[in-house]
Amino acid sequence: MKQGQFETLHQLTWAKCENLLTVLETKKGRVADTDLADFAPLYRKLCHFHALAKERQYSSYLVDKLGDLVVRGHQQLYRRKQPLLQQFLGFVVTDFPRLVRREQRYFWLATALLYLPALLLFFAVLWQPDLVYTMMAPDQVDSFEGMYNPTNRTLGSARESGTNWQMFGFYISNNISVAFRTFATGLVWGVGSIFFLVFNGLIFGAVAGHLTNVQFTETFFTFVIGHGSFELTAIVIAGAAGLKLGYHLLNPGNRSRIDALKQAGTVAIRLVYGVIIMLVIAAFIEAFWSSNNILLPWQKYLVGTVLWLVVIAYLTLSGRRGHES
Amino acid sequence: MPLRDNGSPDLILDTRLSLETPEGATLPLAPAGVGVRIMAFMIDFLIKSAAIAIIYTVLAILGSMGVGIALILAFLLEWFYPVYFEVWHQGRTPGKKNAHIRVVNDDGTPVTFGASLLRNLLRVVDFLPVMYVTGVIASVMNSRFKRLGDLVAGTLVIYDAEPQPMPDFEITGTQPVPADFSTDEQRALLAFAERSKRLSPERQSELAAILMPVLNTKEPVIAIKQMANTMVGRQ
Repeated sequence: MKQGQFETLHQLTWAKCENLLTVLETKKGRVADTDLADFAPLYRKLCHFHALAKERQYSSYLVDKLGDLVVRGHQQLYRRKQPLLQQFLGFVVTDFPRLVRREQRYFWLATALLYLPALLLFFAVLWQPDLVYTMMAPDQVDSFEGMYNPTNRTLGSARESGTNWQMFGFYISNNISVAFRTFATGLVWGVGSIFFLVFNGLIFGAVAGHLTNVQFTETFFTFVIGHGSFELTAIVIAGAAGLKLGYHLLNPGNRSRIDALKQAGTVAIRLVYGVIIMLVIAAFIEAFWSSNNILLPWQKYLVGTVLWLVVIAYLTLSGRRGHES
Repeated sequence: MPLRDNGSPDLILDTRLSLETPEGATLPLAPAGVGVRIMAFMIDFLIKSAAIAIIYTVLAILGSMGVGIALILAFLLEWFYPVYFEVWHQGRTPGKKNAHIRVVNDDGTPVTFGASLLRNLLRVVDFLPVMYVTGVIASVMNSRFKRLGDLVAGTLVIYDAEPQPMPDFEITGTQPVPADFSTDEQRALLAFAERSKRLSPERQSELAAILMPVLNTKEPVIAIKQMANTMVGRQ
């Protein structure tokens, strides 16, 4: 069959296909049910025409035009349902804690990488107070002292609510960005994740040790205990996800490195979803609860301890019933 | 180095790749190179910067609460701007749309949320040490121009095929194609006719003159175009 005949014979079908695709590609594209039912057979026909045109060596203009329609049709037919809202609850309640338990090798490694340096420097600074200056410049130390100096606080008055909102925004953007970087740099053979975990651990240990030395313990620990459960655990999980990437790059097993990374990536990104959720909760607690000065220390310690127990219980127990996927 | 042939005869020198779908059709995809992606990135970068500047100026009126909201919005813009557009706007950020490229999964299907988030988070690594040096090096090291984020997330940036106008060979009349021309040779004639618009008349005659001895004609350009008319079945 000559190309011209082929074109006149089937032009209508192609035009119909193209119209349907144009509608489907718009943001809220809706087509009639009958048209939708026709779409799959139409797409298969299109594939057939494209193959025919190629096989019969028709002009590349025609082959490309049909090929373009096939690509567009493929995009529409294989559009995946975005499971964002539907699966959100299922993810929070069961999938995320299960995933953390399944990847607990990385979780415990990341935990060690954050807390061991922190403890090390905490005790080192208690023993030799000047060691804090190995981690931080004197003016940084001063600013931390200023933040937690009990005499700087007018007791019984919380911050203005506007300031709380400002700090909420700051915690969200700062902490989640840190978590994202801790995760992403894990791709560099895990080095980036290790660096960020150890570095944050060291800073935390140094600050905690120094503030204990100058006896600002109450203001400091009542502040951090509230959101620490969510924030520190989230950073650990972000680091764990990064370590997983790095480990699979180093040790791909019997897969190619690219395939190993791809498989690790699909798991790791799900850990990151959980990290985002936990850090939003942490920022909320940090901005509106931890900074509240009306509450008494024992109330903060109590609530802080309960929040730690909640996080631990959530990650260890949630989703145990039913089949573990 | 010998040219590599990945099984399909028309894909030897091209960067095109063809994916086979469950329908048995092959999807012709053209991966987008570094240059066009940098263009798209610059446009997105300008849009983001402008949006952030506007957000801070407007919300500063609301005092410290406004600053808080502005910080959150700026954070969302920085990390989720590409994710939003890639997932909900057919794989295209405004910059990509302008450059006629889009992001798809490795199998040619629309990019999914997880893959999009992953490829965009890993920009951190592609950016190292400065100005996306790692990403650029990575993408010129593989045939599909993937930066590290694309490699891990299993995504691909491809060209949107632009609609081409129906070729006009600017010549009427037909002429039979010599029967001893193989299909590849016929295809070459057709390709010449289709490309002729982009060639100067001198170059056309220069190229067509190669066929003079075979075609037995004084006007090889016209002869080839008339044969092309025959092949596409036009009068």
